Amino acid sequence: MIDAASSRSDSRPAASFDLFGFLARYGTLIALLLLIVFNLFFTRNFATLQTLNVNLTQVCTIVIVATGMTLVIATGGIDLSVGSIMAIAGALAPLIFLSPVFGGNVALAVAVGMAAAILAATLCGLFNGWLVAQFRIQPIVATLILFIAGRGIAQAMTNSNLQVFRVPEFQWIGLGRPLGIPVQVIIMVALVIIAAWMLRRTRFGRSILATGGNERAAELAGIAVKRTKLAVYAISGFCAGIAGLVVIAINSASDANLVGLGMELDAIAAVAVGGTLLVGGRATILGTLLGALTIQLVRYTLLANGVPDAAALIVKAAIIAFAVWLQQQRRA
Amino acid sequence: MIDGALLSMRGIDKRFAGIPALRQASLEVRPGEVHALIGQNGAGKSTLIKVLTGYHRRDAGEVTYLGRPLEANSPQQAQASGISTIYQEINLVPLRSVTENICLGREKRRFGLLDWRAMHQEAERLLSSFRVKLDVRRPLMDFSTATQQMVAIARAIGFSARLVIMDEPTSSLDEQEVGVLFDVIRQLKTNGVSVIFVSHKLDELYEVCDRVTIMRDGSTVCSANMTEITKLELVSQMLGRDVSKVAGHATAFSRSATDGEGDVVLVAESLAAGQAVRDVSFRLRRGEIASFAGLLGAGRTETARVVFGADRPRAGSMSLGARPFAPAHPRDAIDAGLGFVTEDRKMEGIVPDMSVAENMTLALLPRISRNGVVDEKRQREVVKRFIKELGIKCSGPAQKIRELSGGNQQKVLLARWLAMNPDVLILDEPTRGIDVGAKGEIQRLIRSLSDSGLTVLMISSELEEVVEGADRVFVLREGRTVAELSGEEITEERILAAMAQGHVAHHDQEAAQ
Repeated sequence: MIDAASSRSDSRPAASFDLFGFLARYGTLIALLLLIVFNLFFTRNFATLQTLNVNLTQVCTIVIVATGMTLVIATGGIDLSVGSIMAIAGALAPLIFLSPVFGGNVALAVAVGMAAAILAATLCGLFNGWLVAQFRIQPIVATLILFIAGRGIAQAMTNSNLQVFRVPEFQWIGLGRPLGIPVQVIIMVALVIIAAWMLRRTRFGRSILATGGNERAAELAGIAVKRTKLAVYAISGFCAGIAGLVVIAINSASDANLVGLGMELDAIAAVAVGGTLLVGGRATILGTLLGALTIQLVRYTLLANGVPDAAALIVKAAIIAFAVWLQQQRRA
Repeated sequence: MIDGALLSMRGIDKRFAGIPALRQASLEVRPGEVHALIGQNGAGKSTLIKVLTGYHRRDAGEVTYLGRPLEANSPQQAQASGISTIYQEINLVPLRSVTENICLGREKRRFGLLDWRAMHQEAERLLSSFRVKLDVRRPLMDFSTATQQMVAIARAIGFSARLVIMDEPTSSLDEQEVGVLFDVIRQLKTNGVSVIFVSHKLDELYEVCDRVTIMRDGSTVCSANMTEITKLELVSQMLGRDVSKVAGHATAFSRSATDGEGDVVLVAESLAAGQAVRDVSFRLRRGEIASFAGLLGAGRTETARVVFGADRPRAGSMSLGARPFAPAHPRDAIDAGLGFVTEDRKMEGIVPDMSVAENMTLALLPRISRNGVVDEKRQREVVKRFIKELGIKCSGPAQKIRELSGGNQQKVLLARWLAMNPDVLILDEPTRGIDVGAKGEIQRLIRSLSDSGLTVLMISSELEEVVEGADRVFVLREGRTVAELSGEEITEERILAAMAQGHVAHHDQEAAQ
């Protein structure tokens, strides 16, 4: 009976114009454009390359992390541990490239340091995925483990000491500007393009969306659900690792207490505002990019016009609430 | 209404989104009786129960309880008036002690503090009335499902319940535990408590129930004393052998055009899995439509899941084309040439947010991708071909599958497997919940596929479909194959008899060999 009722209501043709659907799809883009227009009129020196660079560098790490987060959320999961993983990567890399073992071969030291940091971050992600896929632990709980322990590990590795360094070969990742474009912006754009392409065009992307959209159906259609979950958490860890390196490169210092602090929430906010369904099954990497840019630009706009940071946080929260509300209207 | 009825529900109507779930349903329970409530899936049993317990609000009709009109607006209110429900999945607090579970909501206090000693004694007293002895200080989750059920019942009695509703209480119990539960039910009866007993296991009804109410399509079709109704009558009433019959031929099925028996493709020997599958054996031959017939809970879907690698068997063996076959994951079964259209389209079939094309090619992905990249052109070809061949009504391959009607969703799911060109296709209730037109189309399609060599294993609760469509029928009953019928032997009478009694007049037990 109930089955018949629901299938009947599903067969109803789509409404002629779905306002909420339209807003859910293009709302973020419209908001971003409105913000830009507003700033062009009211914020001094807005239309400059410097403003663009400031905003892009500030938003970069969020977008890098949020890209991995989008994939995790697309499978119906969530990754709270990204901030802590950033701290681990940020703590590990200087430990290695500052160590005397490499006998002055800076290039080798930096290469090994970065590789080890990113590898460690990926392994952390894999650990999350293992908990989620193998033991069916709820993602929010599974990743809470590293959220808590990860920062502790990073602090233990460095004895909670601030690591200060001046290694241009390494800091190029945060400060380099080939053709005037910051390296981290290039990394961000590359990651976004690869992830968007992968989600749309590859078998792996389909597996992600099918897993998030209906896990039981996916399993019964032969999709390797467990392996898909393992992979997305590993990718999320990988992205967090890169973001961790970018952050310490910009700061010329690594503080295990601060690297990536609160990043998980910024990333989730970007994903949500970007229009990705938090229950999984529908995801847009481009939306995540737009979401992150919107949040960033709101903050910038308020700060540039003299509104204090505390108020900016409240506005940020309001935007997120609005985005989630829009999603719910769409589903209802 | 008979004088002295404890509960009387009359003329109950309930609609969901305009679709009637209950039509003039009625139910009458006398004091101190165990009353069976039975019916097929979707007959309205649970809706009626939920109206009674205030979970759903009825659209029409009246409920009298203890001689007064009952207006329960929530399960809590129903419980306060002495109606307790014990669900399949026990809704107690697993981490807390047995005592806390039994006394939750009516704790005993002494000087404003919880009086644990009195509460432990109370819990022990309640449980001992069912001859259950256990350490009431231990958390509930330490105990078996059966014991947890006893605790739930003790809790209900503690609330001085006059009417206890048990929704398929035996579905996760073994035989010994069922025996204990029945003792408890008899104990309740002698204490004057009435029980509404929802179950699909007919033998159980005769063992413990006094009267039965049978529901079908949202209405009450009959109430009777258990001693005055045969199993065959019960089954016939449940399936409603007069409702959808149209001029001799109710379905678009016809028997196989080809005579003779094909090679054996898939063999299952004494499969057992979970509580539902106990001893299932069957052989499928190439190009035939074989069917599992049986009541709800007979183990049909569960068997199909084992064959498809979705669940692991605990005993028994299978072979596919003479080779041993033990799929550990659906992927293994798919690679071996099997397909599975599931019973529950929404939960296990469609990925609602994906397009028609993406849903259709979900199983096919490995074959239409190169180095992990989906070949969009090949996907388009496949999808276009099946949309045309199966007559799927959609605005195009990119339309979201959730926007399609049930029948068209089902066609997309069929196409998902047909695109794989399988050897064996398992169809679980392939025509449930879809309109008559699409139903006929799908039935014709199944037949033409089997004529072209596909082996079909069809599970159906619609007897017409089985009788008119199947070349071979395996009747399952409480997890066991109890009969195999083929050709002219396939008649409604024989299937009903096997479903009800576990054997066919002239054709005993051959399937089990």
